[in-house]
Amino acid sequence: MCIDCGCAEPFHKHDHEDNHSPRKIQVGEDLLAKNNRLAAANRARFAAEQLFVLNLVSSPGSGKTSILERTLTDLKSRLAFAVLEGDQQTDNDANRIAATGVPVKQINTGAGCHLDAHMVGHGVDLFDLGATDVLMIENVGNLVCPASFDLGEAHKVAVLSVTEGEDKPLKYPLMFQAADLMLINKIDLLPYLRFDLAQCKAFARQVNPAIKIIELSCYSGEGMEQWYDWLQQGVNQKRET
Amino acid sequence: MHELSLTQSIVDIAIEHAERESASRILSITLEIGAFSGVIPEAVEFAFDVCSKDTLAEGARLDIKRVPGLGRCMECHQQVELEYLTYTCPLCESLALETLQGKEMKIIELEID
Repeated sequence: MCIDCGCAEPFHKHDHEDNHSPRKIQVGEDLLAKNNRLAAANRARFAAEQLFVLNLVSSPGSGKTSILERTLTDLKSRLAFAVLEGDQQTDNDANRIAATGVPVKQINTGAGCHLDAHMVGHGVDLFDLGATDVLMIENVGNLVCPASFDLGEAHKVAVLSVTEGEDKPLKYPLMFQAADLMLINKIDLLPYLRFDLAQCKAFARQVNPAIKIIELSCYSGEGMEQWYDWLQQGVNQKRET
Repeated sequence: MHELSLTQSIVDIAIEHAERESASRILSITLEIGAFSGVIPEAVEFAFDVCSKDTLAEGARLDIKRVPGLGRCMECHQQVELEYLTYTCPLCESLALETLQGKEMKIIELEID
């Protein structure tokens, strides 16, 4: 065996000049490979703890934090929650969640426009995952970038409020394609708006025929029971596996 | 904006492979970016100078191959080029279009020295 390169030839010349001349090497690696590896590690950790994990995504101001506040307040007596809050700056959302008594950790991404699997992996270290049923990850308000980053969640939940316009699913198809559930929020405002609910749902199904849709208002409480049922079903399924 | 973190991944992956080959520098990086990948090639080029500074990849040429969107309808069995991401077949209007290509974001090869 050649001791220089380990090949089967007994002896052959290694020309180091040649070795270091410009040459091409094949890579074939996905740009998200590292994030996907870390997301898979998160997912395995969450599965071992029988934890149901949701990644809440939306544009800023759709009501993610308000939905969480109401959900935690209504369900915390029967489900143990933990919340990761992602924002570019401030602890405002974490303070709102903390007021419900649920464990919360704020992640400030600074210049970053999304949470990634690495941030989430470290973000959950503070929580007692074994004693938690549901981890809610509230992503940075942004309908573009968070679509591409798997965090290890069971489902992405896209929140769209009726003040935003019904064609958002067509304008930001990656996000609505990546989501398994769409919550249409603020439906108590429908009488005052020209928002076409049926059209919005049709647009969402154009980019994702399998998407589940729940209409609700975390202000009036309408539709919240349906969302809670969906959540409870997810928790039950996790416990059975 | 997420092009900044993706471009950092490009530089990290390229350096990892180049170091394995004991390269002294990276001359070029060939990328495949799909029309539906959510990545703007110009933003990657813009971020690359910052991310590659003082590394093996500094000064490397970026060859970005843009991959057009392509779909196949499961109802009418036609292949169609797509300008935007949708499940609606532009030919028969069935909600049955499968995306064949366009979501790529990959490093294909490196030229090293």
